[in-house]
Amino acid sequence: MVEFALPANSKMSDGKSWPSSGGKRPKTFKIYRWNPDDGQNPKVDTYQLDLDDCGPMVLDALIKIKNEVDATLTFRRSCREGVCGSCAMNIDGTNTLACTKNIGDVEGDIKIYPLPHMPVIKDLVPDLSQAYAQYASIEPWLKTTTPAPERERPQSPEEREKVDGLWECILCFSCTTSCPSYWWNGDRYLGPAVLLQAYRWIADSRDEFTGERLDQLEDPFRLYRCHTIMNCTKTCPKSLNPAKAIAEIKKLMVERKV
Amino acid sequence: MSLRTPLARVRHLGSAKDGTGHWWAQRLTALALIPLTIWFVASLVNLAGADHAAMAAWMGNPVSAGLMILLVVATFYHAALGLQVVIEDYVHGEGAKMAALIVVKGLCVVLGLTAVLAVLSLLFA
Repeated sequence: MVEFALPANSKMSDGKSWPSSGGKRPKTFKIYRWNPDDGQNPKVDTYQLDLDDCGPMVLDALIKIKNEVDATLTFRRSCREGVCGSCAMNIDGTNTLACTKNIGDVEGDIKIYPLPHMPVIKDLVPDLSQAYAQYASIEPWLKTTTPAPERERPQSPEEREKVDGLWECILCFSCTTSCPSYWWNGDRYLGPAVLLQAYRWIADSRDEFTGERLDQLEDPFRLYRCHTIMNCTKTCPKSLNPAKAIAEIKKLMVERKV
Repeated sequence: MSLRTPLARVRHLGSAKDGTGHWWAQRLTALALIPLTIWFVASLVNLAGADHAAMAAWMGNPVSAGLMILLVVATFYHAALGLQVVIEDYVHGEGAKMAALIVVKGLCVVLGLTAVLAVLSLLFA
């Protein structure tokens, strides 16, 4: 059965409160900490920064904490401009990218947790092996039988428009890890990010394997665990609409039947 | 413990190539239930205060009996489809899941059949 209470080794408690750096605009950050090596339960550490002495985004604060307060704080980051998807985490109760989340948009203390319901490797770093394998399983590349042309594969402007709102996905998995259906059945349900990516190739006019792609998705768990909860669309830091992409897949499934 | 690769675990037994019929039937029965339920409620309001003979006569009319059977079948079909989704979502033990699915679907068939036979017995009374 689904568990609604946390397992004993996931119960959280308050951790260390780091000394404030003072300043005129103090802001408190409550950050999830878990170390696989110390055998302890996860804790929430409290840090305080002066916003006059810190960049505007949550990622700036995390980097400042790591550089100047507590070097053991562990998180992923790379591009710091919302195109790599590395710094996806749960900030102020919503999955988003730390690099594009403005500190000023959060009232009160800023709570920062790893992406929900994924195994944690350390602190804010989730294990995404399963999600990446699910992405690999939809074969996210152009597949054709017709031999490759000498030059580019032509596509009309209208055909190209069909992948707008899909190609922009950076695979941060904010949507997938916000989906209750993925929490309960993530081992079999592909989740919104992977289904949006699957539709990106289904919608691509140059791809010749649309039917085979639909065959692979037509499954009570892989696709139909989506119950249009819409958390995916609500949380997407790139303002994309995975729920609509999934609905389009379901429409095609019916279209080829009736 | 399993040492299978994540991709092998995700691909598992492959696609069931099924689920669209279930999804489509759930939507169609939901749509069908809108007018059928409105008709049913309106009929009951219309018959408020009527005696047993009047109710039996209403149900003995082929049109109301037909609509009633459609309502009953759509309701229990829709309920079976919906409860199946809930069980698949939340019950993860294979044995418990199978048992729950069989009980719920069996119950929907028995209740639906009973209701249909009740309508037919009034129709042919």
